[in-house]
Amino acid sequence: MEVLKIATAGSVDDGKSTLIGRLLYDTKSMTDDKLEAIERTSKQKGYDYLDFSLATDGLVAEREQGITIDVAHIYFSTPSKSYIIADTPGHVEYTRNMVTGASTSQASIILIDARKGVIEQTHRHFFINNLLRVKDVIVAINKMDLVDFSEETYNKIKSDFEELMGKRDYQDQTITFIPVSALKGDNVVNRSENTPWYEGQTLLEHLEALDQKDIYNTGTPRFPVQYVIRPKTEDFHDFRGFAGKVYGGELNVGDEVVVLPSMTRSKIKDIYFYNEQYKTAPRRSSVTITLEDEVNVSRGDMLVKVGDLPTVDKQLTATVSWMDSANFVPGGKYVLQHGVNKVLAKVDAIEHKIHPDYSGIEENVTALQMNDIAKVKLRLNKPIFYDRFKDHRTNGSFIIIDSRTNNTAGVGFID
Amino acid sequence: MSTLAEEIKKPKIASQSERPGANALEHEAIYIMREVAAQFEKPVLLFSGGKDSITLVRLAQKAFWPAKIPFPLMHIDTGHNFPETIEFRDKLVEELGVELIVRNVQDSIDEGKVVEETGKYASRNMLQTTTLLDAIEEFKFDACIGGARRDEEKARAKERIFSVRDDFGQWDEKNQRPELFDMLNGEIEIGQNVRVFPISNWTELDVWSYIQKENIEIPSIYFAHKRNTFLRDGLIWSAEDDVVFRADDEQVEERMVRFRTVGDMSCTAAVESYADTIDKVVAEIRDSRISERGARIDDKRSEAAMEKRKQQGYF
Repeated sequence: MEVLKIATAGSVDDGKSTLIGRLLYDTKSMTDDKLEAIERTSKQKGYDYLDFSLATDGLVAEREQGITIDVAHIYFSTPSKSYIIADTPGHVEYTRNMVTGASTSQASIILIDARKGVIEQTHRHFFINNLLRVKDVIVAINKMDLVDFSEETYNKIKSDFEELMGKRDYQDQTITFIPVSALKGDNVVNRSENTPWYEGQTLLEHLEALDQKDIYNTGTPRFPVQYVIRPKTEDFHDFRGFAGKVYGGELNVGDEVVVLPSMTRSKIKDIYFYNEQYKTAPRRSSVTITLEDEVNVSRGDMLVKVGDLPTVDKQLTATVSWMDSANFVPGGKYVLQHGVNKVLAKVDAIEHKIHPDYSGIEENVTALQMNDIAKVKLRLNKPIFYDRFKDHRTNGSFIIIDSRTNNTAGVGFID
Repeated sequence: MSTLAEEIKKPKIASQSERPGANALEHEAIYIMREVAAQFEKPVLLFSGGKDSITLVRLAQKAFWPAKIPFPLMHIDTGHNFPETIEFRDKLVEELGVELIVRNVQDSIDEGKVVEETGKYASRNMLQTTTLLDAIEEFKFDACIGGARRDEEKARAKERIFSVRDDFGQWDEKNQRPELFDMLNGEIEIGQNVRVFPISNWTELDVWSYIQKENIEIPSIYFAHKRNTFLRDGLIWSAEDDVVFRADDEQVEERMVRFRTVGDMSCTAAVESYADTIDKVVAEIRDSRISERGARIDDKRSEAAMEKRKQQGYF
């Protein structure tokens, strides 16, 4: 079954949790015991409607404060697809969670409160979806019931948002506008009778129609080696398999490959998935590859096709999204994890900070704080084999680990 | 059902045009298994004999074939396990040729580290945590692979794939590492360990469909069978084992039941079912209107039951 990962973004009270609850309810993905718990709690609180946000706000602190404070994952499925929603909070201070949710998603829902229209938060949400190059963006204009399902209001918000789209740098992104009421269920799963002027799909119809081909950014095949399999048994005495996941494109038996960093050339002999051999290792498959020649390959090395070499360099410029409470400073030393490969990195310079709402840049920055986004220059102790993020979402990104705390302190997108 | 010994011998050659199946969740889980083996020195797979941990074992087999699974399995035995589960466990381990470590909650009780609960709802579920943490310390495990899934419960929905636990085995849910793209950060200090959840993104139906497709053998109690049971709080309890407390006025009746989740006998209720084959089970789950953990009394203790247990170092 197909799996579609979706990130959601909205401001406090935009009704994000309610929208997700509505999706679960109308697709009958919510079980009776969970529904009963929601009914019970809604009644206790004196609401005259079902508070679907109770289905997703999982932690005690969230129930107390009535807000979502971390990324939560919600699952539902239809006969044709499995959906995973990364529910990320919309507060200004939680940019890091939104970046995190978007990094694993192929589609994203941006919520706008129809009464408030496009606000600064909307700029941020769109900026992040653009920065992370999320392929399919749905702008859900919510709480339409509170503006009498006004077409005029919808059109005004749509044109405000389209103005924002002029600022984006990722042009291939598909953007779809849908007028909804999460609370009442209009245009979420079922078509609304209240919006006769809207002829587009409902939210679920749109998600159902998304094809895998439309939602993955393609690039050249990259095979970072995770693990070397050497069984040393009688049956597989000389077996040396390179285990890893294929990114960007597919690899085939007989492909001429180069092993990085040694630059040794060989040919793909066999492709295994468990105990079966295949001709092709498709994109995003976890396979085991053997080579024709006896080549020295270890974890962190990369197999690429001859003629499709990535950049091999010890210096790079990247946009970094900082996620740690300890500041990112010039001269600072970190561990940089690029795929499965780890190297040491030193911050050469912070070129400028980028306001994540399209309001420009800030120069002469001395440090980055949590939730800052900036252009930085890094120097590495060993070369890595990278592509530009705009050409390769996987091989163009890295994480920064603070070696004092071992925390994942930031994420970078290579220029 | 083919045994591993038969399967592992020689590769089957798929026809030259074929590609491996496109189950994204399976490829993701295999990737995670390999990251564990590569990033940690002493990983272990926590094996309960339940369907989720059996699925993990199959995924580990796939990740490292034709080599053996490069880490041991560990079972924290409450002493209240269904006999069918233990039988199944021993058979599986023998077939796989991997090491099985068993640590007993009874020993923790005998050593006075934990005190047995009493009364109607007495369970050893909470007590397992101490035995588990002691075992992690004893073997200096730095990564424990578990079969928890985010769809099981609200607090688990926030769990990371690599979830760092401190020296006391505790989970700090407000200070979790962000997980970006496919990159998993397994850097830890001595004394810390990481709980790894390769099937985080699977739903109950995904697990059952996988067991069906892969033709994986599971303990018989997952299939409908006749059992002496009694009713309490609207749930069906097994009356065949004396570890489940039963009051005199709780009537024993034979029912056709199966278990949807297999935890400790004292906290796992059965469901009425005629699903005696895997196909029927999958169909039943697909139509089910009750969540899997709806039959777990340990979650019903309070709205925040799971979150509290997790903070204390539960699975």
